Amino acid sequence: MDGAISSEDTWTVAGRTFRSRLIVGTGKYKDYAQNAAAAEAAGAEIVTVALRRVNLSDPSKPMLVDHVKPDRFTFLPNTAGCFTGEDAVRTLRLAREAGGWDLVKLEVLSNTKHLLPDMEETLRALKMLIAEGFQVMVYCTDDPVYARKLEDAGAAAIMPAAAPIGSGLGVQNRLNLALIIEQAKVPVLVDAGVGTASDATVAMELGCDAVLMNTAIAEAQDPIRMARAMKHAVIAGREAFLAGRMPRRMYAEPSSPLSGLI
Amino acid sequence: MNLTINGEERRFSGDLDLAALVASLGLDARKVAVERNLEIVPRSAYAATHLADGDRIEIVHFIGGG
Repeated sequence: MDGAISSEDTWTVAGRTFRSRLIVGTGKYKDYAQNAAAAEAAGAEIVTVALRRVNLSDPSKPMLVDHVKPDRFTFLPNTAGCFTGEDAVRTLRLAREAGGWDLVKLEVLSNTKHLLPDMEETLRALKMLIAEGFQVMVYCTDDPVYARKLEDAGAAAIMPAAAPIGSGLGVQNRLNLALIIEQAKVPVLVDAGVGTASDATVAMELGCDAVLMNTAIAEAQDPIRMARAMKHAVIAGREAFLAGRMPRRMYAEPSSPLSGLI
Repeated sequence: MNLTINGEERRFSGDLDLAALVASLGLDARKVAVERNLEIVPRSAYAATHLADGDRIEIVHFIGGG
């Protein structure tokens, strides 16, 4: 590592290579214009999107694709709101038809209070999706054992939650994340729970390949500015990880020499 | 014939294919995906897909999400 900045520091998922390590959601913004501006400010190359029924009573309502354009961003369709493998497969089949690509984000939720994933059902859904040819990035708990099972089943990326979706609490279990990162041969992304810039930096310092967030930007007082902050935070964390941090010590180590004192 | 579109009952007269239905709803076919009786209908097959009484149609698109 020669300290030259990271123009060549890319990451690859399912055969697609990206330079930005910040994936942003497209929910909870004031409108799609603000959403698009935030995604630009974040320097994102991938955005997550949801799939829902069109509004039949008002088909002229603004549409996401008119603002956050699929030729500018890689769309990562999610299965938010799905509680079974069958729901997830049905949703992503439609997403594949709507978008024409097979890179998807699987999330199978357990309940609406904490929105943590049902891992048994997630693993079952993953196997169903892989059998249908999808490339699946999997939202999961920060459990290294399940992370391994997902990878063994063919997940394209492992995406443990730092904390519950929308909680903004930051990385709750650094040790588990570190264990997941250490064992994984596919990209590991922290997905969900980031609240502010330092949370994203912590995730990247642990060695994550990228961070995925929505609420931390969308619910900031100034979402565009927070998007910019997150861009820098992810770069800072990545650079610190690559630089290799100093050892932790129990006691002080003077920075000025003790010899030659007057 | 009666169709259930996104959970809503709608009544139509005469022969109707999926391309005509999507257009009559004011939707841009390039921005939606359609499921007919739980089967995906490829966009290229809309015009050749003739709808039948009792069909359950889902028309979806991408919206904001995390």
